[in-house]
Amino acid sequence: MPKDDVIGGAMKRREDLRFLKGKGRYVDDMNRPGQAYVYFLRSPVAHATIAKLDIAAAAAAPGVVRILTAADFEAFGGVPCGWQVTDKDGQPMKEPKHPILAEGKVRHVGDPICGVIATSLAEARDAAEMIEVEFGELPAVIDMPSATTSGVAVHDEAPDNVCYDWEFGDKAAAETAFSGAARIVSLELTNNRLAPNPMEPRCAIGEYDDSGDQHTLYTTSQNPHVIRLLMGAFVLGLPEHKLRVVAPDVGGGFGSKIYHYAEEAFVTHAAKVVGRPVKWTADRSEAFISDAHGRDHVTKAELALDAEGHFLGLRVDSQANMGAYLSTFAPSIPTWLHGTLLAGQYRTPAIFIRMRAMFTNTVPVDAYRGAGRPEATYLLERLVEQAGRETGLGPVEIRRRNFIGKDQFPYDTPVAVTYDTGDFDATMDKALEIADFAGFPARQAEAKARGKLRGVGFSSYIEACGIAPSSLVGALGARAGLYEAATIRVNPTGSVTVFTGSHSHGQGHETTFAQVVADQLGLPADSIEIVHGDTANVPFGMGTYGSRSLAVGGSAIVKAVDKIVDKSKKIAAHLLEAAETDIVFEDGMFKVAGTDKAKAFAEVSLAAYVPHQYPIEELEPGLEETAFYDPKNFTYPAGTYIAEVEVDPGTGEVTLMSLAAADDFGKVVNPMIVEGQVHGGLAQGVGQAVLEHAIYDESGQLLTGSYMDYAMPRAADLPDFLVDHSCQTPCTHNPLGAKGCGEAGAIGSPPAVVNAVLDALGPLGVKTIDMPLTPNRVWAAISAAGGAAAASAGAAASMAASTPANLATGVGTPAEPAAEPVAAPASAAAAAPAPVSVSPEATTIRATHLRVRPSEPRVQPAALKVRPAAPRVRRGL
Amino acid sequence: MYAFDYDKPADLAGALAALKAEDAKALAGGQSLIPTLKQRLAQPSTLVDLKGLPELQGVSVDAASVTIGAAARHAAVAEHAEVVKAIPALAALAGKIGDPQVRNRGSLGGSLANNDPSACYPSAALALGATIKTDRREIGADAFFQGLYETALEEDELIVSVSFPIPEAAGYAKFVQPASRFALTAVFVAKFAAGVRVAVTGAGESGVFRHAALEQALTASFAPQAVEGVAVSADGLIEDLHGTPAYRANLIKVMAGRATAEALG
Amino acid sequence: MAGATTTVRMVVNGEAREGAAEGRTTLVEFLRETLRLTGAHIGCDTSQCGACVVHMDGVSVKACSVLAHEADGAEIRTIEGMAEADGSLGVIQRAFREHHALQCGFCTPGMVMSAADLLARNAAPTGAEVRDWLEGNICRCTGYHNIVKAILAAAAEMRGEATAAE
Repeated sequence: MPKDDVIGGAMKRREDLRFLKGKGRYVDDMNRPGQAYVYFLRSPVAHATIAKLDIAAAAAAPGVVRILTAADFEAFGGVPCGWQVTDKDGQPMKEPKHPILAEGKVRHVGDPICGVIATSLAEARDAAEMIEVEFGELPAVIDMPSATTSGVAVHDEAPDNVCYDWEFGDKAAAETAFSGAARIVSLELTNNRLAPNPMEPRCAIGEYDDSGDQHTLYTTSQNPHVIRLLMGAFVLGLPEHKLRVVAPDVGGGFGSKIYHYAEEAFVTHAAKVVGRPVKWTADRSEAFISDAHGRDHVTKAELALDAEGHFLGLRVDSQANMGAYLSTFAPSIPTWLHGTLLAGQYRTPAIFIRMRAMFTNTVPVDAYRGAGRPEATYLLERLVEQAGRETGLGPVEIRRRNFIGKDQFPYDTPVAVTYDTGDFDATMDKALEIADFAGFPARQAEAKARGKLRGVGFSSYIEACGIAPSSLVGALGARAGLYEAATIRVNPTGSVTVFTGSHSHGQGHETTFAQVVADQLGLPADSIEIVHGDTANVPFGMGTYGSRSLAVGGSAIVKAVDKIVDKSKKIAAHLLEAAETDIVFEDGMFKVAGTDKAKAFAEVSLAAYVPHQYPIEELEPGLEETAFYDPKNFTYPAGTYIAEVEVDPGTGEVTLMSLAAADDFGKVVNPMIVEGQVHGGLAQGVGQAVLEHAIYDESGQLLTGSYMDYAMPRAADLPDFLVDHSCQTPCTHNPLGAKGCGEAGAIGSPPAVVNAVLDALGPLGVKTIDMPLTPNRVWAAISAAGGAAAASAGAAASMAASTPANLATGVGTPAEPAAEPVAAPASAAAAAPAPVSVSPEATTIRATHLRVRPSEPRVQPAALKVRPAAPRVRRGL
Repeated sequence: MYAFDYDKPADLAGALAALKAEDAKALAGGQSLIPTLKQRLAQPSTLVDLKGLPELQGVSVDAASVTIGAAARHAAVAEHAEVVKAIPALAALAGKIGDPQVRNRGSLGGSLANNDPSACYPSAALALGATIKTDRREIGADAFFQGLYETALEEDELIVSVSFPIPEAAGYAKFVQPASRFALTAVFVAKFAAGVRVAVTGAGESGVFRHAALEQALTASFAPQAVEGVAVSADGLIEDLHGTPAYRANLIKVMAGRATAEALG
Repeated sequence: MAGATTTVRMVVNGEAREGAAEGRTTLVEFLRETLRLTGAHIGCDTSQCGACVVHMDGVSVKACSVLAHEADGAEIRTIEGMAEADGSLGVIQRAFREHHALQCGFCTPGMVMSAADLLARNAAPTGAEVRDWLEGNICRCTGYHNIVKAILAAAAEMRGEATAAE
């Protein structure tokens, strides 16, 4: 059996042993001595002034240690934003304060008002119900298209609720392209809002040691150093040496655990105030209204083509939801991580995008697996597929005709990025092969005989990973560098400890990074330990997101290994009494070239720490090196995905029959882990396409606030996936040749699935449809297109007659159907909001929108706490 | 959850006595009640655990009916060889409730007493014309289900067992709400010598209900095609995120056809 | 005043354990906070995600939807009790590792316990049966592909047909 602990080997994961035995070390598994618990009283309403807040009764309740309110955080900063986008007029974006606790006004359901600290969580929660809050309710801004004219401002700083109005690309060139086009393909679409939902809810424990004035924060984070910097420097004013941030085992992130959240600052400060550790663990319902959401764009996109089907120009006019406050990376997602990817795999010469970012009374929106690239890929690949249909060229030829050729790299796109490598025809060929595209007509005919509508859809994506270099992102508004750091500590007897600034929360770095080091040093992986997640022992690094860990963090490790080898050669030369230039390092041995004289790696490391025979005049003892790696460019994974679906015309149910993914990730270190990353990304992409949608009603209640209504992909919703990564054009600018694989699946799959459904429904006259493709929405589209009767022939039953009003929902509507225009402020109620008194027993948060289905009739009238707002009619399919 | 006491009486008499306490509440499988309590939507003083009561156990099958103890777990019903043989659609329904872990805990009595508008069991009880035996009387299914979470049970009355008449044929077709896995709309069809009974769950604003027009059509001709000409009104059907009334009306018809096909094997 | 705290006794992974529990204490809270067996996780509050699945008297249950007092006198098995006597991974655990059926590891204990219940009932499930069985277990990382593979491989090994791991 070949060695698997080298680059390219499918080494089994080392971290699995503890996870499989129930010995993972997640934050909620930790209890600190003397720990108290905090329960956050959160706003049950989307937009209101806090007319009165009375905590007296709660403060006296059993077990309560202390209740902290906004007043306790007056001296501190708000939750900072890490990226400043500049308006088309050169003005900086609107950047209102995001307080730790709501200061006089709540801006979304879930906005924290105060934190009740008690000796048990149950006591904290019991006491929170005794807090009396009087809200002056304001109309909620929910719908983006009407937000500018609603007359209601989420923040005074942005009266029209526009955070920024950004333009990018060559507007004039695009207009010229469109004016000379033989054909224009246009679409209005939404990119549905999603809740990231890592399975581990967020958790944070603050701890304070007054003997050394030391703060420690244990938190579910993808990047502990970033949290230390943001929270220390911008919120609490704590210098780095007084603050340690630990992110141990973290149960998934997908972006949502990148950001610095208010709860982290709260527990860190509270631990000092109350003199004991303070722990907060979100429950799932709380996660839905406090974790940053993802996506949520409303878009109009147009593609100009010449008579032969060549793309001439692309125009995009979009709105992106920021939510109520700017989360850490939020402004960059719809702009620099989206606009720059609009060339896709194509030679489109002229591209222009206008992007307006909107404040609304919803949870902040930030990066979620893919972050901007899924939105770009979705609009582009929907347009391209439609162009293939309208021109008659079909999905394959329309793409091939416009692909950037493999001999055209490096390729400068009109949207400011330079693709270093790629071979788009190769991944298309591979996808056609593994999907057995040639066999599709037979499968479609067989499905038809069973009364099912079968369709096939394509998506050829390109994305950008390992956002860099720092100088460029700084110019674009990033307030941080985007390098990564690694320290290699060779221990005296030759074992190796690697300290990485990357963070693993499912990606398997403890395995992959060990393979990289084992490969480079010729050592068995067993002698290598990977340490991450603790600012007390890892060098300042930027953490894990944007599929950057191997390409950036792994490259930092390689650079540090190179330094180790360089120094070791000097030591070996001394030990072997040879010239340094004659020393070669092979298979873990330092050899004098052309002789049999050699020293093992461990002999050299021992000499470094026991420098009895050592070039001490020229060289320091010890063998430990740190490298910071700042990439020259992004990496550009790309591929083609092909989805096949069957639609049940009787119910509108979409069944994903197969999903083939042919990816080019450059060089692959561990194919087993890469495939696992793709599988997970595909599932999340399919989830977006078919199942998932975070829906707010017009009053700002999150209707999909639990797993009772937010449909997570389950095993039976998905097929076995067909994945391939054998097409490899190595990245040209990092030492591993690696591109990044963590997000591709989530980026490439949604348009493939939607295109497949449109292919299936096309014969019935359905032209467009928005995600998610819920059964009701698909059925309504079929019915509205008048195809119902034809479609159901052969099914068990025909369609019932339906009223048109019920059918239009979700078909070809660019806006969220759920989002009705916000009531104009002219109404007296809005102009002079009547205080809504929330009685003590009604302050329980989320009582109405956390609908646990089986409510009990006999207890309901007494115990059910009804939010004193207008009755909700659930709409919006 | 709010604080409460836990009580586990030894027999039915003990349970009935315990339930007389103010705000005492029965705990069956707990698969609906405990999540409800976690959301603090109810505040019982005491939970009276019924699962171990000897009077509520057991499954028996005779020529005319299947009788199932209120404490019978969904998984036990789904896997019970005699139930599978006598009323396969009933066993199949039990095997589709929730997920395997819910089926390992949830019970028939708890499901019927709760009468969730999207639960599976009420449709079988109603379509099969089951008799619900309580600690004090017998209630026919047509009289038992009285609206959203409402039943004919008195405040402190407990279901002991349920008898399901064995039909000539029966089928259950469930269209799953993709998040909760409850029925978005499901239809149970049961054919007896006297005619066909059709019960719909997941769709009605007042909970489970019988559909007269479908019953009429299927009584006239017990075939999937028989439902095609039936007009299913959207009036009184649930509107929520997952389905409009019109969509549910469509599903009623489609699921009725499929349940009939299922019944015909 | 409701809310008495009384002693609960159960056999956990073959060992008699006891501890104090309120009426409202769930089994998963009792296991995690009182017995400090933190392998079972809490991933939701509506009884859907399955991160808390343990075995109670031989069948899988969601420990978030069982009261500690309901488990009084029961035999409980958790992920901590799934390894072999010598501490090596059990068949299902080994198959999960071999087939890369876990990433962040948070849902894994519940997945393994759920799979064990399936294989106790059905020694030779099909892929579709495995997927249906996992209706009560949500994984956000793996897309389930490798979990299904692992469970099928474990089933084969338990039937003596092949080994789940080299």
